[in-house]
Amino acid sequence: MNSGMAVVLDNVAVDRTVRRLAHEIVEFHNGVSDVVLVGIQKGGALLTKQLIREISNIEDTPVKWGTLDITLHRDDLGLTGLPSAPSGSELPDIDNRIVVLVDDVLFTGRSVRAALDAINYLGRPKAVRLAVLVDRGHRELPIRADIVGKNIPTAMGDEIQISELDQRIDSVLLRRGENQ
Amino acid sequence: MMTNEREYSSDLEGTSFSNEQSDLVWDHEDVLDLDDFTVQEIETVIALAEQMREVLDRRIARAPALRGFTVINLFFEPSTRTRASFELAGKVLGADVISVSADNSSVVKGESLIDTVKTLSAMRADAIVMRHSMSGAPYLASTYTDAAIINAGDGSHAHPTQALLDIYTLKQRLGSLRGKKIVMVGDISHSRVARSGIWGFSAMGAEVVLCGPPTLLPAGLNDNVHVSRKSSNLPSVQVETDIDVALDNADVVMALRLQKERQQGGLLPSLREYSKLYQVTQERLSRAKQSHVLMHPGPKNEGIEIAGNVASGSNSTIEEQVTNGVAVRMALLYLLAGKGQVGAN
Amino acid sequence: MTTLAIHNARVIDPKLGLDGVMDIVVVDGRIGRIGPNEAEMVIDAERIDASGLTVTPGFVDLHCHLREPGFEHKETIATGTLAAAKGGFTTVCAMPNTEPPLDSQATAESVLHQIEQSAQIRVLPIGCVTLGRAGTELAPAAELVESGVVAISDDGDAVANTALMQAALSYSSLFALPVVQHAEDPALVANGQIHEGWISTRLGLRGRPSSAEEILVARDIALAEVTGGHLHLAHISTSGSVSLIAAAKARGIHVTAEVTPHHLTLTHEIVAFDGQSSAIRYDTSAKVNPPLREPRDLEILTEALAQGIVDAIATDHAPHSKSDKEIEFDLAAPGISMLETAFGLAMKRVHDGSLNLPTLIKTLTSGPVDSWSLENRTNTPGLGTLSPGSPADIAIIDPDLLWKVDTQEFLSKGKNTPVDGWELKGKVLATIFTGEPVFVDPEMSSRLRLN
Repeated sequence: MNSGMAVVLDNVAVDRTVRRLAHEIVEFHNGVSDVVLVGIQKGGALLTKQLIREISNIEDTPVKWGTLDITLHRDDLGLTGLPSAPSGSELPDIDNRIVVLVDDVLFTGRSVRAALDAINYLGRPKAVRLAVLVDRGHRELPIRADIVGKNIPTAMGDEIQISELDQRIDSVLLRRGENQ
Repeated sequence: MMTNEREYSSDLEGTSFSNEQSDLVWDHEDVLDLDDFTVQEIETVIALAEQMREVLDRRIARAPALRGFTVINLFFEPSTRTRASFELAGKVLGADVISVSADNSSVVKGESLIDTVKTLSAMRADAIVMRHSMSGAPYLASTYTDAAIINAGDGSHAHPTQALLDIYTLKQRLGSLRGKKIVMVGDISHSRVARSGIWGFSAMGAEVVLCGPPTLLPAGLNDNVHVSRKSSNLPSVQVETDIDVALDNADVVMALRLQKERQQGGLLPSLREYSKLYQVTQERLSRAKQSHVLMHPGPKNEGIEIAGNVASGSNSTIEEQVTNGVAVRMALLYLLAGKGQVGAN
Repeated sequence: MTTLAIHNARVIDPKLGLDGVMDIVVVDGRIGRIGPNEAEMVIDAERIDASGLTVTPGFVDLHCHLREPGFEHKETIATGTLAAAKGGFTTVCAMPNTEPPLDSQATAESVLHQIEQSAQIRVLPIGCVTLGRAGTELAPAAELVESGVVAISDDGDAVANTALMQAALSYSSLFALPVVQHAEDPALVANGQIHEGWISTRLGLRGRPSSAEEILVARDIALAEVTGGHLHLAHISTSGSVSLIAAAKARGIHVTAEVTPHHLTLTHEIVAFDGQSSAIRYDTSAKVNPPLREPRDLEILTEALAQGIVDAIATDHAPHSKSDKEIEFDLAAPGISMLETAFGLAMKRVHDGSLNLPTLIKTLTSGPVDSWSLENRTNTPGLGTLSPGSPADIAIIDPDLLWKVDTQEFLSKGKNTPVDGWELKGKVLATIFTGEPVFVDPEMSSRLRLN
C-alpha cells in the first residue's frame, strides 16, 4: 500500500455496510416487489450484485435489477480526450416501478445526472431513488443520496480508490491529494 | 494484492475504472478511407457500433452524447439511404443535423467546393459528411476545414462507412472474418464500395476475390512492386472473370450495383448479357458454402446484378446492413466528437 | 560598339564539338571570338568571370504555353518570357491554344506585335492545325507561315480525325512545316485524369492508357510516311512510343519527337504519394496530359534521348492560376509550370548517370533547332550554337549547384508544379539574349563587371 493511502472500509466493513444498505432499501420501500435496482456501470453494477445477494437473505421475493451505462449521456465528450467505450445497459421494464440507482461513490453528482437522463429515455419509473456506498461530498449539482453507506470527508484533490476482488467491491481506500 | 484484484478510482465524474480508459483505439480527425485504419481501430468502431445498436433498439432511441455537435450532410450526389442513415445517426445521438444538397452543376457554375466547405466551417460545423461524384473531393475538403470530414462516398474511390458496416454485419453473422472467402461480383472498376471493402476485409484477415467482366476490372491490381517505397497499392486480391469459379466455397457473396450507364459507355453489350453472365442467382450460390452470407450495398437492381428471390432469402443480410449502417455511423460520429472536435471552431 | 567578355568558362557546344575551358567575346549582340584566352586581349568590355561555371548556347524550347491572348491571368508573354530567361531559354515556341487561337494571319500579326512589345527573348509562334482548334477544317497554313509561324499544332487536343491529319501532313509538306501532334486518342482518354495503372485504380481516377498515345503515334507515323510531311510528336511519354519512333526513323520517315523534363523524371506515383508518407493525396499539380507514367517509361525515354531517337527536351510549360488547380481533381486543369525548373529537373538524369551533360545540352539547344530547321525557318544562322556571327544567346549554368525550388520565387504566374520545395542539383545562373543579360541570378552578381 502506498504511504498516502488510508483504508476507509476494509472487506469486513464493506460487507457490513452493504448488508445495512440492503436492509435500508427493503425497509425504505416496504419490501422489494416494486423495486428495480439499477447499477451504474461499472462500480454501481458490482455493488448491485452484492446488494442482491444480501437482499435475497432477508426477502423471499427475488429483486429485479439491471445495469445502466451512462457513457452516451455524459456531458464531457470532447473535453477529456478519447471517449470511453459504453459497456451497454441491460434493464428490465422500469415503467411504474421504483428505480433505485446504485453507485459506488457519490462525488460531483454528474454521473447521477447522466443516469437520470438515461433513465428518462428508457422508461417512466414511478420514482427514482439513489443509494451509494460512499458519499465523499463536493457536489456540483443539486443531487442527494437517499441511502448512504458511509460519509467520508475529503478534499477536492483526494482520490477514492475501490479495490475489486472476485467481481465484488472488496475495500475502499482514500489517497490524499498532493497539495496537502 | 491478489492477481484478480484490480483498482479503480473515482474521477471528477464519480467513478470509473482508471485502467479501462484506453480500450478505444482511434487516431483520426477525418474518415476518408479505410486504408489508414488499423485492425484495432476497425475493432473499436465495431465494438462501439454494437453499443449503438442497443441504443437504437431502445423504446426511445436517443442518447444525447453529441449535444451541441453540428453535423452537416453535404451531398453533391443524390443518395437516399446513406444520407438518411447519417441524419438518423446524428439525431439519435442528439447532434444537430442539417442536410445540404448541392448538385455538381451548381458547383461547376459557381461556388467552388472549397468555398462551400469554408462557409460551412464558418457556420461552426463540427462534422461534414460528404458525398461527391469525383474521387478525392473529401481529401480536398479536409485541407480547408477543421471540421471532421466523413467520406460518404467519393467517385469511384472510397466508401469507408459502407465497408465498416459490412464488416460489422459479417462479424455478427460469422464471428470472425479471418480466412473467410469474400467474393465481390460486378462493376469493380467504378465501385467505391469494392475499393473500401478490399481495404477493410483484407485488414480483418479475409481473402478477397473480385469477379466481373474484363471491361469492368480495373488496371494495376496486385501490382505491388512499389510497396517498399512507402507508397502502397491496394491489398492483394484474387481476380476471377468466371463467376462459377469465383463463388466456389465462398463464405460471403456481395453483388455490386451495376450502373446502367456502363452499357452506354460501351463496356457492356447489354444488361441482359450482364445478367446472363454475372447475376447472383440461387443456382450459382449453390456453389458457395451452405451458410454463406449474401450482401448488397444497395440500392439494388433486382433481376440485373441479383435475382429477386435471392435478395430476400434467408442468407441475405441486406436489411441488417441498413440498420447496422446507422449504428456504425453513430459510432464514427461519437469517436470523431470525442477527438476534441466539439468546440474546435 | 559594345563588347562582353566571358572569362574561363567550361564551354559546351555539342553542335560545334566544343567542350573545354575558354573565353567568349560578344560584340554587338553576336558571338565574336571563342577560344582559350580570347577575352584577355579585349579592352573596354563588360566582363563576366565564369571560372568554374559552364557556358552553353541559350536553350531552345519547342513547346510552351504563354497564354496570351486570352488567359492573361495564367501567364503573359512578358511573364512567360521572364520565366523562360530564368530557366536559361533564349528561344521559345509558343503554342496557339490561346483565345482566340492562333489560326489566322490577323491573329498571328497581333500576337507578333505583342511579342515585339513585351517579350524578353525570342518567341516563335506556332499556329493551329485546324480552324479554332475544332478539329474539322484546316487552318490557312500558307498564310500562317507567311506571318512567321514555325510549326502548326492543335496541342492540348489531338488532331483525332485521321483524314484531317493526313491532309494536314500532306498540305504542310509544301512548306516543310512541322505538324506537332499531341498524341492521345480522345476516345481512349475520355475523362481520364492520370496514367492508367495501379495509381489510377488506387485513387479511383479514370485512367489515360499508354495505348492511347501509342495508337496515334503509330497512325501518324503511317500518315507521315504516306504524305512525306514532317510529323513532330509532342511530349511523348511511353516506352511504346519510343519503339515506334525508332522504327520510323530507321525507315527514313520524317518524324521528330520531344520529351518533357517531367516525363523524364517523375512517375504517376507522385500524384498519390509524397515519397515520405504512405497517406494518399490527390496532387493536382501533377495532373498533366499526357500523364506521368511508370518507372520503366522514364528509363526508356531517357535512353531514347541519349541515343537521339528523341530529338529534344521541351518544357510543355503550362502555367495555371491557383483556382485552376485548387479544385476537385477531375476539374483541375492539366499542366505543369516548367520553364524555371526544366534544367534542374532534367539534370537529375545527368547526376544519376543516365545522360551526359553535353547530350543534355544538345537536346536543349541544337537538338530542337535542327529538328524544326529553325535556322532556316527564322533566317537566323547559327541559332542554338555559339558559332561566331550567330546571335549571342548564352546560358551560364552551374551543373552541381544545389538549390531549392520555391514557387513563390517563380517569375511565371503559374506556380503549379509538383516539385515545389524539392532540392535540385544544377541551376541556371545567367541568361544572355543577343548579347544582353536577361536574367542574372544573385549568386552571379559578384562575378559581373558591367559598365
